[in-house]
Amino acid sequence: MKYHQAIIIGAGLAGLRAAVELNQNNIKVAVLSRVHPVRSHSLAAQGGINAALGNHPRGKADSPEKHAFDTVKGSDYLADQPAALKMTQEAPLRIREMENWGCPFSRTHEGLIAQRPFGGAGYPRTAYATDKTGHVLLHTLYEKAVQLEQASERENFVFYDEYFVIDLVIDEGRCVGVVATEMASGKLEVFRADAVMFATGGAGKMYANTTNALISTGLGMAIPYRNGVPLKDMEFVQFHPTTLYGSNILMTEGCRGEGGFLTNDQGERFLANYPDSAVAMEVSPRDITSRNMAKEMLAGRGIGGKNYLHLDLTHLGEKKIMARLPGIRDIAMNFAGVDPITEPLPVQPGQHYTMGGISTDENCATVLPGFYAAGECTCISVHGANRLGGNSLLETIVFGAIGGRAMAEYITTAGAAKKSKAFEEAEARVEKELSEMEGRTEGESFAEIKETMENTMTEKVFIFRDEEQLSEALSTIQKLKERFKQVAFPGSGGSRIFNFGLYNIMDLGGNLDAAECTVAGALNRTESRGSHFRNDYPKRDDANWLKHTLCYLEDEHPRIEYGEVTMGLWEPKERKY
Amino acid sequence: MRKEYTFKILRYDPEKDRKPHYQSFRVPYQEGMTILDGLFYIQYNLDGTLAFRNACRAGVCGSCSMHINGRYRLACETQVSHVSRGSVVLRPMANLPIAKDLITDMTKFWDKYRYIQPWLIAGKPAQENAEYTQSPDERANLDLIIDCTLCGICTQSCTVTATDEEYLGPAALLKAERFIADSRDSADFERLDLIDTEHGLWKCHTIYNCQLLCPKKINPTGSIKSLQRRMVHRYLAYNEPSGRD
Repeated sequence: MKYHQAIIIGAGLAGLRAAVELNQNNIKVAVLSRVHPVRSHSLAAQGGINAALGNHPRGKADSPEKHAFDTVKGSDYLADQPAALKMTQEAPLRIREMENWGCPFSRTHEGLIAQRPFGGAGYPRTAYATDKTGHVLLHTLYEKAVQLEQASERENFVFYDEYFVIDLVIDEGRCVGVVATEMASGKLEVFRADAVMFATGGAGKMYANTTNALISTGLGMAIPYRNGVPLKDMEFVQFHPTTLYGSNILMTEGCRGEGGFLTNDQGERFLANYPDSAVAMEVSPRDITSRNMAKEMLAGRGIGGKNYLHLDLTHLGEKKIMARLPGIRDIAMNFAGVDPITEPLPVQPGQHYTMGGISTDENCATVLPGFYAAGECTCISVHGANRLGGNSLLETIVFGAIGGRAMAEYITTAGAAKKSKAFEEAEARVEKELSEMEGRTEGESFAEIKETMENTMTEKVFIFRDEEQLSEALSTIQKLKERFKQVAFPGSGGSRIFNFGLYNIMDLGGNLDAAECTVAGALNRTESRGSHFRNDYPKRDDANWLKHTLCYLEDEHPRIEYGEVTMGLWEPKERKY
Repeated sequence: MRKEYTFKILRYDPEKDRKPHYQSFRVPYQEGMTILDGLFYIQYNLDGTLAFRNACRAGVCGSCSMHINGRYRLACETQVSHVSRGSVVLRPMANLPIAKDLITDMTKFWDKYRYIQPWLIAGKPAQENAEYTQSPDERANLDLIIDCTLCGICTQSCTVTATDEEYLGPAALLKAERFIADSRDSADFERLDLIDTEHGLWKCHTIYNCQLLCPKKINPTGSIKSLQRRMVHRYLAYNEPSGRD
């Protein structure tokens, strides 16, 4: 059994930032990741990261308070205001720190970090590196981590690349480790730790049309959920307005921040025809833009009557596109055969971000002592019912650092996790599960369950929702969960080395749990708020629904409770842009 | 258009197989299908144990580099119909041990990356809560170089790597150039010392495989030449013997 004081699961931005923080607090830390750290999904973020740096000529009057207000207003007042403020106050420090560690941000003429306008923001405050901000941030943070790893002695900072975590180890009500499989050897390994953090990303793969990576399956939410940690606000799913038609690969909000137009079949900038987007137009918040795009397509004004619209960048010119959006051009040419310099891009809204997740407080702690979470897998909540573009990258590095500090403090006071029978028991439990999975060569079709889940979520739990569709979806997901108990391993046998058949099955199980919470929360919430829009309840209802949904696993299904929203400076008002 | 493709894949399970062998699968064709889509069809429906790396499926993470019909490519951004009219032959990247099927053990590749000290070594301490300034022109020196995803295609396809497995290779050398070219970094000489070795920057034979195959259209050969020029200039300017003499 291996021992480290702190173990981080997930090596994206949140996980790496937490690891760096723990190292700087003299805590021995190990990072486990199912993919090599530089493959983590943080890198797919394109447009940028928000902070009131005031580097843009029109951003001189910006401040962390104004950034927090925009975040809270964007969240449709469901965000916890002190947490949002904490994030925006720490934002400039964390971003400049990433610059100091080498992040190659784009620059202003004065040589400062460049910023661009983004949806729902009162000032141009989105710092960026062309349209590859996530990529350069992740590489920079990994570089910093490698530096610390090389400088560290006696295994103070260790990476376990390609380790797939399967369960937590809990002893006397405290999380004391994890059970994982080393993918390259197929062996089970038990890790003991004084504190554990999950930074495992979103759950977008429950949808058929998502911008998310294949590894964003929600298993990292399901594992703590099965161990008594509630999932919060799962019904709030962000649908990004502009994903490439066909593959649903992200076309950054930066396209519109830089001046791109959304047009319909008649070439008209239709956002002008909807009162809630008529002023801010293409830089309206994501929930509003996606809804108005969906309405436009329902009215038959999609391109050629089809289910997509145009994102027109042609008027920006070759020079600007090559300087600010080169990655978008590459992706569009490779995946859709369209060059945005000469033609408009075919786009449609698609699942993009999981606002909900593991319920944590503003120090990333959960109800389970010793268990922490940071990044997209969590719901603190800073994004509430709708996240602003550029705030997700920010959340990862701010709360990665905060969570790392909180873990260091916990470890110092709670002391070392004791050896106990809990470790052998957890290992035996996981071993039994795996043998059952690989031994079941006949049974329900894996591909069919997965496809039905994805299509159900996209057809019935999408931008516009109602009771009938949500009830149907809930019943479908619950039937799929039953069938999943008898899911067959595709093909037969094989060693445990890089056995993706097993990982796929575990992922699907996690995704089904996350999906059930999403649908159950959406069905209960009889109001419209942020990304959650109910045709049968089209108004926000603060009297009854200004509260967080909390899903606890009970008898295999979510039991829903509600928690208070922490208010602050700002009283809920109607959202106008 | 064909309704079905044959995927001929090099399989190897170190626990079961004495040596690698090819296995063929029939995959129904759908318009726009990528190599990665085909691989997932097999993994989800026919053989769950088929092993290949994947993550973003959008050409940005660098996981799914492999040898596809005679050339190294990323499986996710390669359309089946663009490489063949009926059959696809897939092999893992060369010059690395096979861990399983299309997955290589990339330890050696990552060791080379780690060797060049891939982090910013700034000349002066940062001011509290302030960025180092860098002009847009200075920043432009990093364009393209920073797009590297570390997919490994350049280093593993390099014919020099094939003859000298210790050769640092285009990916690690490009990373060295990324920091040396950065106006904020001040460790040029230290880094040049690290790569001015028997297995370092002079090994490049200017074959341009790396440039030809890079999915991000980066020019590692050009960066290696730039490093060589820096080394020569340093020698001429300081009349120092270069590296280990």
